[in-house]
This record gives sequence, C-alpha cells and structure tokens, in this order.
Amino acid sequence: MGKRIGMEVGIAAAEAVALCNIDVAAVYPITPQSHIAEHMADIIHDGRIDAEFITVESEHSSISACAGASATGARVYTATSSQGLMLMHEILPIVSAMRLPVVMGNANRAVSGPLNIWNDHGDIMPQRDSGWICLFTENGQEVIDLSIMAFKIAEDPEVMLPTVVNIDGFQLTHMIEPLEFPTQAQVNKFLPDRKPYATLHPDNPMTMGCFNMPDIFTETMKAKDTALWNSKKTIVKVFNEWGRQFGRKYNVVETYKAKDAETLILTMGSMGETASIAVDEMRKAGRKVGLVKLRLWRPFPVEELRAAIKGCKTLIVMDRAISFGGAGGPVATEIKSFLFHDKGRPRIVDFLMGLGGRDVTVGDFIAMVERAKNKKDETYEYYGVRE
Amino acid sequence: MNTVQNFEIFAPKLVDRKEYFSAGHRACQGCGEVLALRLLLKGLGDDVVVANATGCMEIISSAYPQTAWLHPYIHVAFENAAAVGSGVEAGLKALRRKGKIADRDVKTIAIAGDGGTADIGLQALSGAMERGHDMIFFCLDNEAYMNTGIQRSSATPFMAATTTSPAGEAIPGQRTGKKNVPEIMVAHKVPYVATACPSYPIDLINKVKKAKAVKGPAYIHIFSMCPTGWRCASEITIKLGRLVVETGVFPLYEVENGKYRLTMEVPEKLRPVGDYLKPQGRFRHLTPSNIETIQERVNREWEILMNKIECMQPW
Ligand SMILES: Cc1ncc(C[n+]2csc(CCOP(=O)(O)OP(=O)(O)O)c2C)c(N)n1
Ligand code: SF4
Ligand SMILES: [Mg+2]
Repeated sequence: MGKRIGMEVGIAAAEAVALCNIDVAAVYPITPQSHIAEHMADIIHDGRIDAEFITVESEHSSISACAGASATGARVYTATSSQGLMLMHEILPIVSAMRLPVVMGNANRAVSGPLNIWNDHGDIMPQRDSGWICLFTENGQEVIDLSIMAFKIAEDPEVMLPTVVNIDGFQLTHMIEPLEFPTQAQVNKFLPDRKPYATLHPDNPMTMGCFNMPDIFTETMKAKDTALWNSKKTIVKVFNEWGRQFGRKYNVVETYKAKDAETLILTMGSMGETASIAVDEMRKAGRKVGLVKLRLWRPFPVEELRAAIKGCKTLIVMDRAISFGGAGGPVATEIKSFLFHDKGRPRIVDFLMGLGGRDVTVGDFIAMVERAKNKKDETYEYYGVRE
Repeated sequence: MNTVQNFEIFAPKLVDRKEYFSAGHRACQGCGEVLALRLLLKGLGDDVVVANATGCMEIISSAYPQTAWLHPYIHVAFENAAAVGSGVEAGLKALRRKGKIADRDVKTIAIAGDGGTADIGLQALSGAMERGHDMIFFCLDNEAYMNTGIQRSSATPFMAATTTSPAGEAIPGQRTGKKNVPEIMVAHKVPYVATACPSYPIDLINKVKKAKAVKGPAYIHIFSMCPTGWRCASEITIKLGRLVVETGVFPLYEVENGKYRLTMEVPEKLRPVGDYLKPQGRFRHLTPSNIETIQERVNREWEILMNKIECMQPW
C-alpha cells in the first residue's frame, strides 16, 4: 500500500484528474463542486500540468466547449453540480451521440426550487436518458480511482462515450479523508494517450454533427443505445485492470453481507458506508440484513443486480430523487421494471429520503428496515418526513 | 458605389478560385446568406476549423450522410457556436503545444445566424470574445429566424413584418430597432470588428483576411439577404445588398483596436430608404409616414456612426 495522506475529497478529485494528462478543462463554479474548479485552476496556473483552462461563462458553455475540444482529439474534463448540470442538459445527449469521451465530475446536489445546495441525486436523475456512462462513488478513494478509470473507459475505442462520476456534494466533496494516490508513472502506464477515432483537423477534414432525417434517426438512436450497453464489458475490464494494478477491486454492483440476507438495502453513493454500519448492527442483533450498492447506473447492471439479490425476500431501495406524480423514485422504478417478470423476485420497498442534505443515519436505516417489514404494498413512501 | 465594377476582369485575380463550400447544398434560390458563407470561406482559405450553429446554413449543408463542407466542421446546437469554437481553439492549442498535432496555425471560426448571435447565442459569444480566444465569429444576419419560419429576432429591423412581428392592424410589424452587435463587440475590446455584405465581395474578403491575421478574437457581421424571408424576388438579392449600403441602412465599416473607419465610399447624400424598402414584401405595409420615420432613424444612426468615425481613438 502506498502512502496515505489526508485531503479534502473535492481537491483529491482535481488531483486525480491532474494525473490523467488532460489537454483541456472547462469548468464553471457551483457549490459544492467549487473546490474541484478552484483546485483545477491552481494546478494549471501553477504549471503543474500542461492544459488549457477555459473559464467559461456558464455550464452550457463548459459542456459545449468540452464537446468542441474533445472533437479535436483532446482529453477533456469538466465538473459541475445541480443547476449547472441542469443547464448542461440540452448538450449532454449531443455529446454522447457524437461519441465524444468527455469526463465529468458531478458533485450531487438537490435541484431548485426551492434553492437548496445540499446533497441528493435530484440533479443526475433527470440526465438518466442522456446516453452517458454514469458511475457513483462512496468515498474519497473511490473518487480518485474512478476519476482516473473514467478516462480509460470513456476513450476506449469500443466505448467512445462521455462518462460522469457522481460524488455526493458535501457528504463526500467536503470530507477530509485518508487517501492514497497512484504515482504519475503508474497512471501513465494505466492510461496511455487518447487515440481518437476522428478529429477536427485540416489534415483530414470531417463533418461532425450532421442532422438526421426520419429515415436514419432511429438507427442512430439504436446505435447509441447499443454502444452504451456494450460499454459494460469495457467498464468491467477496466475495473479488473485497476484491481490488478492497484489492489482495489471494483464491481459494477457491490455487496456487503448480502449472501444469506433476507432483507437487502440498496444504496448509491456515499450512503453505502452508513448503511454498512447499520447492517453490522442488525447482524449483531441476529437479523439477516445485507447491503447492495449500485456503482454503475448507466448502463444498468441488471445481471449483476439479479445475482446480488438472489434469494432475498425484501429489497429496500433508497431513492434520493423524486419523479413527481410518477411511480416512485427513479432507482426503484427502474429495478421494478427489470424484475417485473422474474419469478420469486423480492418485494420491493421504495423509500424517498436523504433529500436536500437531510442526514440518513444508522438509526434511520434500521428504522426503514423495520418499517419495510410492516409495509404491505410496493408503493413508494417518504421516510422521516414531518407531516 | 462602384466597388465591384469590372468584376469579371479583376475577380479572378482577387478572389480565390478554390471553393470551400460545395455546390448541391439546399439553400433557396438567391440566398444571400450562403453567398456570404461561400465568400467568407474563400477569404479564409485553408487551415480552418468551423464551428457552426443550428440555422439555415447548418440545415442546408449537412443532411446525413452528405455535407457541403470541405473544411473540418462541427455543429452541436443553436446557441453555443462560440462556446464550441472556444473548445476547438483550446483543444487545437493544447494539442499543438504538446506535439500531438502538426505544428502550424489553424484558425478556428464560429458561425451563427442573427438569432444564434444576437439572441440565444449572445452570452456564449460574449464569453468567448471576453476570454480572447484566437477565433473569428461570423454573424450571418438575415434579420430573422429563417430556418424556423421567419420569426423576429433582435436583429429584425424596425417595422419589418415577420411571423412573430406581423403587420397587424394595431401593431405594424417589429416594434424595436436592430440590436447593434458590432458595437457590443467593440465594447468587449475585440481587436477587429467589421460589417460586410456579399454584394461587396472584395470588401468582404479583405475583411475576412484581416480578421484571420489577428491573433485573438475577431468579429464580422455580415448582412445576408434572404429573398424567402423578406418576401422578395430571388434575382434582386445582390441589388438589395447594394441598396442597403447605399441608403446607409447597413453601412460598411471596420473597427481596428477601437478605431472606426468607413470602408465604403462616403456618399454625398444617402439614397432614400424607400429605394431599399419598397422591393421587399416584409415592408409592404409601410405608409409614407412610416417610411419617413424609418428615414429619420437611419439618418440618426448614420450620424452616430460618423461621430464614432470622427471621435473614437484607437485603444
Ligand atoms: C435551444 C433552441 N431553441 C430553439 C431552436 C429552434 N431554432 C433552430 S434554428 C432557429 C433560428 C435560427 O435563426 P438564425 O440564427 O437567425 O439563423 P437563420 O436560420 O436565420 O440563418 C431556431 C429558433 C433550437 N434549435 N434550439
Ligand atoms: S430562408 Fe433565406 S437564409 Fe435560409 S436558405 Fe433560404 S434564402 Fe437562404
Ligand atoms: Mg437569421
């Protein structure tokens, strides 16, 4: 194991990206992503890496500039949060359709209104159908590791898709944690220069961004969908390669004491650590409770999830975003539709909680497991809400 | 106003014969915007990357799997040509510095219509110009959102009829005057700002060459006649482009480091605006008194420009 140092996770995200030999960063500040933007500026202004830093006037322009830069063949990074991600919304599916491997860090934050700067997943869920690879992180070390892996995944010739690494705002971005960084030499070995499929250069002129008539649009959409599904192979390959080189093995679906569990809690992002403590306590009390964590949200790891929940009777999904007037939280809704035909599937309980920065404690997880026992139907429910 | 007399004799020497925008595109007959595009590309020559906004010029040129563009070209969306161009410029700069692409100058240009420039694209344009990217931004101004069906923009002239500023009984067309984007660009301290019109091809090409030579941002606002949107005959496009200049409605000038200079002959007396307005269906509803009001506004704008030419000092 390398040397561990104490560092704020947002700053560590920028440091990890700095190891990746990026060519261009276009970042617009927003709480709680700002420390990533500021530290990125420090690194580039101090000449520690050779990259262009575009101080864009909005997130719409940061993602647009990333698209332009990526199209020249550059390795490109941006980071945002909440309103910034919402402002990018229009451009996200264009970046994926153009198969531009932009990497983005998203410091997850609630979406207005009312304005709230704290953590939930209300910003990333509306981007669900944008065609980006979407990863979640649980702690600072994962932020470092996945930020580096994201470039390798995104730029793989079999993938060529933009990738977003979700980092829970404050709960993760502003924590100071003991972290281990790979060396520059190790990253160089793991992540060689980008080899773009097509670039904007007069030596080989190319038209990018043609419009599609009805006779071809459906085919283009299917090709993008297929590309996103196919990316899982590469994601797993890159996770394995990282494991071999750095000793930290990642899976698209992580489990904790899940094997014999009758009740499984399902989380995404930083909640996983608290949930695992709750699982330990319930196990001590003789309860067969375990934990499943979705690391990969798009493409959805359906087979891996099936394997992880096999045999469990109740699956409690922790949704940190709302689909107003809809079937429930986006995560539970997705899982329900995948498992709809599965014989002997678990009962799926959907809690909407941890919204706008409300803490979800060990006690809350235990209380939700209790509540799930008595809940008869599968409709969603707000947990811990004051009536 | 004899800028292009004997064009047939001199043009081959002055104008690049090479075409950078191929024939067979889908622009309307008599389209002034695509002529502006063809000429500006001739002015630029080789070693250019284009970032284009959604709009007529995008739609007529790039129906998959065909393209009219001989330069490397990217289109992302409507309002972000300047931002995409910023990224292209930054990407090429970094890659060149790091030895990943050929070590030679490649100019990034961004192109948008008046909607993509003066309205929805203004923020991205302001940001890009303020940051000082080595990029020329071209506004192809046909004075409305033509691609989507002739809706008004902030560049639509006073009283012109469009589909969202119709000549109604109560409100006779566009209620506001034309937004002055070149002036906004001068306020950004853009080192080279110019207006141009494809009816004056040599002037247009010269300005493009000047803009290309600038190491940094440049802005050229090109008046682009649109017979379809202006409801006029397609064969009078070039004539309209002359008339708009001769009447002083759209003067040709350039601003180098803050110093204004007229690039057209200074007329003894401007032609009456009616000469320019009357052939166009979008002004058909105007009464003689309306035309008088417009004449007064044009006179005033002309005076303001002459004042700038006289008074403004280079930075
Ligand atoms: C965000 C967004 N809003 C609206 C549109 C619809 N739209 C496409 S092109 C266009 C007008 C283009 O006008 P202009 O920039 O003047 O170019 P022209 O077609 O006149 O050359 C509009 C409104 C769009 N594509 N994107
Ligand atoms: S609508 Fe006007 S600008 Fe558009 S292609 Fe036709 S003539 Fe040209
Ligand atoms: Mg227009």
